[in-house]
Order: sequence, then C-alpha cells, then structure tokens
Amino acid sequence: MKILVAVKRVIDYNVQIRVKEDGSGVVTDNVKMSTNPPDDNAIEEAVKIKEAGKAKEIVAITIGEEKAQETVRKALAVGADRGIHVKVDNVIEPLAVSKILKKIVEKENPDLVFMGKQAIDDDCNQTGQMLAALLNWPQATFASKIEVKDNALEVTREIDEGLETIEVNVPAIVTCDLRLNEPRYASLPNIMKAKKKPIEQINASDLGVDINPRIEQIKVEEPPKRKAGIKVASVEELVQKLKNEAKVI
Amino acid sequence: MSVLLIAEHNNKEVRPFTYNAITAASQINEDLHVLVLGHQADEVAKSLSEVPNVKKVIHVDNEIYENYIAENYTSAIIKHAENYSHIVSSANTFGKNLMPRIAALLDTSQVSDIIKVISEDTFLRPIYAGNAFATVKSNDKKKCVTIRPTSFDPADKSGGSAEITKSDPAEASSSTKFLKKEEVKSDRPELGTARIVISGGRGMQNGENFKLISDIADKLNAAIGASRAAVDAGYITNDHQVGQTGKVVVPDLYIAVGISGAIQHLAGMKESKVIVAINKDGEAPIFSVADYGLEADLFEALPQFLSELNKLNTIQK
Repeated sequence: MKILVAVKRVIDYNVQIRVKEDGSGVVTDNVKMSTNPPDDNAIEEAVKIKEAGKAKEIVAITIGEEKAQETVRKALAVGADRGIHVKVDNVIEPLAVSKILKKIVEKENPDLVFMGKQAIDDDCNQTGQMLAALLNWPQATFASKIEVKDNALEVTREIDEGLETIEVNVPAIVTCDLRLNEPRYASLPNIMKAKKKPIEQINASDLGVDINPRIEQIKVEEPPKRKAGIKVASVEELVQKLKNEAKVI
Repeated sequence: MSVLLIAEHNNKEVRPFTYNAITAASQINEDLHVLVLGHQADEVAKSLSEVPNVKKVIHVDNEIYENYIAENYTSAIIKHAENYSHIVSSANTFGKNLMPRIAALLDTSQVSDIIKVISEDTFLRPIYAGNAFATVKSNDKKKCVTIRPTSFDPADKSGGSAEITKSDPAEASSSTKFLKKEEVKSDRPELGTARIVISGGRGMQNGENFKLISDIADKLNAAIGASRAAVDAGYITNDHQVGQTGKVVVPDLYIAVGISGAIQHLAGMKESKVIVAINKDGEAPIFSVADYGLEADLFEALPQFLSELNKLNTIQK
C-alpha cells in the first residue's frame, strides 16, 4: 500500500494569536510556525502502518508558500519516504486545496490519504471530506483508531455521542483525531537523513485547477473581552457569590 | 430562494442541536425546509413539522439511512440541492462530517461554524480556536453553511404544522459500512445543552477522583466536562471533552476544577455566562477568564463546596 499524507504549516498551537490592527487578519510575521497538530498524528499513523509491514511507501505533501516545505521536511524526518510541495503564494480555501490534492492523487495513485481532521488556523474542518467527495472515495473522519484489513480499514470515529466504528474500502480518505496516537519526535540522525530525501516542487498554477477564493474575508477582529473577575477567599464566599450575586445556583 | 436544513436524529427523536440550527437557518431565509433522512423516522418528521419556523419537511424513509453514513446522506441531499440557495446543518460531528462532502460536489466553498448571521451571504465565524472572529462573505451561488449550535437559542418546538412530503432515496454507497456505535448513556443533562457544567482537568490526578466532581454535578443537576489532558490521561471518556477539538459549551455556570486553561480548552467554554475556576496555581491562565477564582487545593475545596451546597435551602435546577 501507498499512503499520501497531507500536512499544513500553521501558527504554533502555543502562540497567543494577535489580530492585526487594520482588521485584515492575524499577525504571522515573526511568529513561530509548526505542523498542524492532528497532521502530526496522520504522519505518525502512516509510519506505524509502514512499520507493521502493511504499507510500502509514504509520501508527504504540503501546499503553501516556500517555507511550508519545513512541514514536509519534518514528516520526512519521522518516517515519510519522499515529499511533494505544491507552491501557492496566497492562502487558499479548503475547496481549492482538495482540488489540488485530487490532481496529486490522480498522479500518485495512493491507496490511502491521511490528514488531520481540522487545521487549527482557519478551523474549517473540510479538506478531507471534500477530497473524498471529489474522488468519490469513502471517508472516515475524526479517526481515533485504525485497523488495516484486506483492502479495507476498520476505523473508530470520535462523535458527539461517543464512538462509532465503520469499515471503509480502500482507496479511502482518513482524517485523524489527536487521540489516534502519540506522534514521535524526530531523532537527530533521522533529521540529517531527511535532508537527503527528495521533495518534488510543483507550481499550483501548472495543475490547471481553479484556486481562486470564493469567500471574501471582510474583517478579522478580536473577540469581545470578558470583564475582569475576582478572586474569592473561601469556598463559603464562592457559594454565597454564586447564590446571591451571580444568581446561578 | 429557500434554505434546506439537514436534520440530525436517531430515527426516534430529533437531536437537540437541530433546533438551534433551525433558529440560525430561519435567520438566513424564512422559507426554511428540513430534510429528514432516516429509517422509520416518522416521529422525527412529525416533530419537525410542528416547529413554527419550519415551512416544509421532506422525509426520505429507507433502511440505508438507519445509520448515519455521510456518503449515503450526500447523494440524497444533492438530489434536492438545486431547489435551494443554502444547504445548512449544525457544526457538530454530524454536520462537520457531512457538509464538506456536499459542498465539494456542488463546487461551493463552505462557510464553517458560523456564530452569527449578518445577511444571506455574510456570516461571523470564529477562527484560531475563537481567538479571532472573521466576518466572511460567500460569493458562491449556492451556499453551504454549518452552524455553531451553542451560539443560537433553540427554536420553539410546537405550534407549527408544516407539510410533510415523502421523497425517494438516492443510491447507497457500497464502500462504507456501519459496524457499531458505542453511546455513553447518562442520567445527567447533555453536556452541550446543560445549564451548569462542572469540568475536571489533569489536577484530578485519576479517574476515581472524578467522584468529587460527580457528587457536585448530582447536587446541581450539572453535566460533567473534562479538559483534553484529563481525557488523554484516561480519567474520563472522550464524550466529556470541552474545547476546540471537543465540545463547545455555553452554560449559565461553568466550573473548571484543576484545569490550567490551555487555549484549546478556553475555546470550548469561555462564552459561558458565569465561569468559576478552582485551581491551586494562582497563575493558571484559567483565572484570566474566570468571574470567580478560588486559589485552593481541589481535594479540600470540592468536599467543602458540596457541604456548602448542602447547607443551602434551595438550589436552582
């Protein structure tokens, strides 16, 4: 089996987001960037499947500006075999991302495509499902457990009511939840080795897909601030405040 | 043009967030139709026809819709899409799984997780785990929108009498099979809709200690929540998780116990009306969003909290 794993470069999850004063977006200059957290789980799962002898090749792909390559390089350092970087200059919408990925899938013919369930920047939660639709492949979203069977996957999904288990035939798209596994760190020798692994560069404009935005971002603003609270000295005071001041119990 | 809302249900009852989504959908356009895809879900169709905001219910009854398989739902929805300007659903795991599949086939760029309807094409939505709000305008002819349920009040459930029309099923997918669902049953209120939520974090130290939380939850008729750290550590099951990747809750009272307040947790609870934080680390970020902060050891504070509650003559339920 061959697994394609899509990874996205986003503002690091520990960074406190700052909104630009002109309302055009959030500050990204000189801000620490890293791989979208559930994309790390997607890579980890692919590597585990390969280590179990059930996959032959892992290809990591990212779509973005020049520096987005760092996320592919990181994926190579934890076990992906080669990389693809599709260059775009602007931020593109999940629909455009899935159209680009479809082109790459048609070229690479993977059996499985893995990615994180959601990117923590735009919080859209769309790309995997859209790609599945465009390819007419089955989708297993929010996966917290994957079992590889003959030409099928048994996937446990995190849903509001608890857990759901489905079986999808291969080829399939899986979007990964944070609880799927514990992503490993790259060792120094593997980081060095990853530098020698190939990354193919492709310009999005050469793929012949429409990636123009359909959604206009009119403004980005800070959410309303909560008024400052108080510290209470004792449990007794807390209960009195909740009863008599906030009137919620 | 009209709005088509995809109902979430278990073939017997409408799932509560559908009512919140109805409120938002009818703000987009009053001509709101609801699509019920199910197996022997006549009661669901009937309940929805009684919602005053609903103008028409389309009911498709077939065994392929007994379990919720996005592939099967999508082909049925696409069949009806041409009559509508907007296709909408709630932005919980139901709608998140389903809507992008529909949007891609309609060649529409979806607007996810809206918290406010500004006009038929313009919406407010949180980005970066709620650390910024974006106002976005969709220029697609047909719009696919998911609605954050906790940002809208549930619609009235009775008084209406919308027409129910039957429609034929679409083809089923042979590549996806439902195997099982493990639902967590509880006598407590649902986390997403409870008036009071009390949540525990890593500070609880183990699963047994959540008894301290459940005793208070029983007293207050509260739902029990948890931080991702507590779920990852195995103290409690994932359906309790509050946060960016768990559930977003907006109760009247949210009590965070032993939760430091990571950005991703705050994203799930900081719109709550009143927030209480109990933590022994006075510098914990959770205090920055708390209306009432108590710097204390939770193992002393929680039993005291319960005994203080027991002293009250009345407790709002």
